[in-house]
Amino acid sequence: MYQIIRQILRSGIKTETPPQPDSALQLNDQQLQQQILRHLGRALAIRHVDAGSCNGCELEIHALNNAYYNIEGLGIQFVASPRHADMLLVTGPVSRHMEVALKRTYDATPEPKLVVAVGDCGCTGGIFSPDNSLAGKGESYASCGRISNVIPVDVAVPGCPPTPTALLQGILTAITKQTAQT
Amino acid sequence: MTPTEFTAKHPRLAGSMPVWHGNVDEDELRTLCEAVKQEGGKLLALWGSDEQPRGNGYALHVALVNAGGMLCLSLPLSASHAAYPDLSELFPAAARMQRATFDMLGLHAVGADDHRKWLRHAAWPPGLHPLRKSFDINSKYSIESDSYEFIQVSGDGVHEIPVGPVHAGTIEPGHFRFSIIGDRVLRLEERLGYKHKGIEKRFESMSLQQGAKLAGRISGDSTVAYAWAYAQAVESLGGTTPSDRALALRAVMLELERIHNHLGDLGYLGNDVALAFGFAQFWILKEDLLRVIGELFGHRYMMDKIIPGGVACNIDAPGHEKLRATLTHIEQTSARLREIYDEHSGAQDRFLTTGRVAPELAAQLGLTGLPGRASGQAWDLRADFPCAPYDSLEVQMATHRNGDVAARVMLRFEEIKESVRLIRALLGSLPEGTLVEEVAVVAPGKLGIGWVEGWRGEIMVALHSGKDNSIHRLHPHDPSWQNWPVLEHAIIGNIVPDFPLINKSFNLSYSGQDL
Repeated sequence: MYQIIRQILRSGIKTETPPQPDSALQLNDQQLQQQILRHLGRALAIRHVDAGSCNGCELEIHALNNAYYNIEGLGIQFVASPRHADMLLVTGPVSRHMEVALKRTYDATPEPKLVVAVGDCGCTGGIFSPDNSLAGKGESYASCGRISNVIPVDVAVPGCPPTPTALLQGILTAITKQTAQT
Repeated sequence: MTPTEFTAKHPRLAGSMPVWHGNVDEDELRTLCEAVKQEGGKLLALWGSDEQPRGNGYALHVALVNAGGMLCLSLPLSASHAAYPDLSELFPAAARMQRATFDMLGLHAVGADDHRKWLRHAAWPPGLHPLRKSFDINSKYSIESDSYEFIQVSGDGVHEIPVGPVHAGTIEPGHFRFSIIGDRVLRLEERLGYKHKGIEKRFESMSLQQGAKLAGRISGDSTVAYAWAYAQAVESLGGTTPSDRALALRAVMLELERIHNHLGDLGYLGNDVALAFGFAQFWILKEDLLRVIGELFGHRYMMDKIIPGGVACNIDAPGHEKLRATLTHIEQTSARLREIYDEHSGAQDRFLTTGRVAPELAAQLGLTGLPGRASGQAWDLRADFPCAPYDSLEVQMATHRNGDVAARVMLRFEEIKESVRLIRALLGSLPEGTLVEEVAVVAPGKLGIGWVEGWRGEIMVALHSGKDNSIHRLHPHDPSWQNWPVLEHAIIGNIVPDFPLINKSFNLSYSGQDL
């Protein structure tokens, strides 16, 4: 026990200041009321869904839990079931074999809900499709392409993979009302 | 035909790895497989290709490894009779590869026990095979119902727990079907293929240069290993040798990838036995390392930094110092953390004897890579067939015989230590040289092989060249193909709550297997 405490003291506190929200990441006007967002923002439950990524984005999602980004310190928690979640954090592209599972996960998430699409592939379908331009939707025989082809997306965070800071910014953007839509 | 006769008859491929390639007939395939199995060798990979545009039928390719290197056998098949003899009886690991080869190309393994689909779920109908040249990558089929027969276990008190494809944590998707009695697992059956996104087909619409980027995204956590294997395959085809500096930088990156993955796993293995302290500590170390890597190489995971012909990064003197300092910090802290893990009775109670794969079973099933070394399977390409710069480093392979979670934990600690030593040695004598050599134009109809010991195990890229520097067929092979089936054995007799721990101690790739 002494060694553990000593090591904890030696490491010190690593947590850094989180980034500011960025409205440029927003795909749609925010649909949720400011009031709800304020509540979600203080205790946000996220369900991560890997809908077909190369697992690169997952590395950075894991990193959000480390002491530097300390996502739980902001009141944001990863949960084990979509039924407990306020937000889906989805990596892609959506493989055709995950299409049904992703739709069911979305349906199982109670309203009001938010969806953040993660990574270049989540945003466009990425390198796995012969046509990953925005017009092409990034599909192939095995891939449904970008996340928004399958479920509605609020915020899309590009990057290959996006850094933990970019992910955190995307998550915070989704729970911050950016538009004048009140 | 014996393996020695095969290597005498057929040419060794250009490049740094000992690989021999040649055509065989059915009998030769069978006798070579039997001989390699007899000498204690193993099956590395099995894949097929459509050769109809070249006026032939199909071909089955089998990569075997013995003490001398890799034997790559190609069996030509006629278009009217696309079938070959089953190899899964000799090498159990072949079973899923054969099922995948049927799904993707329609090549039939005659005499195999299991003919269920593997990579195909519902994205395309039975009777169609995406890797046939006549199949259009953009074809779209409406999702029909996807039925799959799991093997039922029956008896008093037996029931099933289905898990996935969406799991409770930040994990890749796959389905696990547990048959249990009480909380003991009688049987686990995996169903994978959820992440199939058509990687192999996609390669066929790319040039050799473009393919490098996709190779680095077959399994993101092994991007360096795949990119190096891909580059080796292209360089073998073009007869290109990268500079000593480029090779040394590649090895530095490969070892950094090993360290950051091992650090992450050690953290999660602590977390899975309720030692959250371990998670916090190892993930601080991992983040420290990723930040230095990001600063020095321009990408936290070094994606796209290995390219055919060389590397797309460099390290200067201040960079050296920064990296050395971080590695010293990691070495010292992980040594302290190892003592804490070793002496933590709660953690050891969960680690010891859990998820055990005995060396005999490991050998029989072909367990490979890191879990293989923890079960007495002493294979490590960096020590067995060291290519430059490993040939001057005398890599010390770590092995254990207990084959439990504890052994896989210890192995990670030992490999971190060795990788730190290797990086120090590489940085200490980093040669001068150009970063990228030009890759010569590649002749069509050739085979290039890349073969790299990634952190998870050996990664192979088989590249069949097409016209004008295009890709005719590319098969990337992840060690997870071998190790997923063994995980089904590792869990037998353990309790359900230990599955996440055992699974994490293997840490296999879904993406690398589903392709």
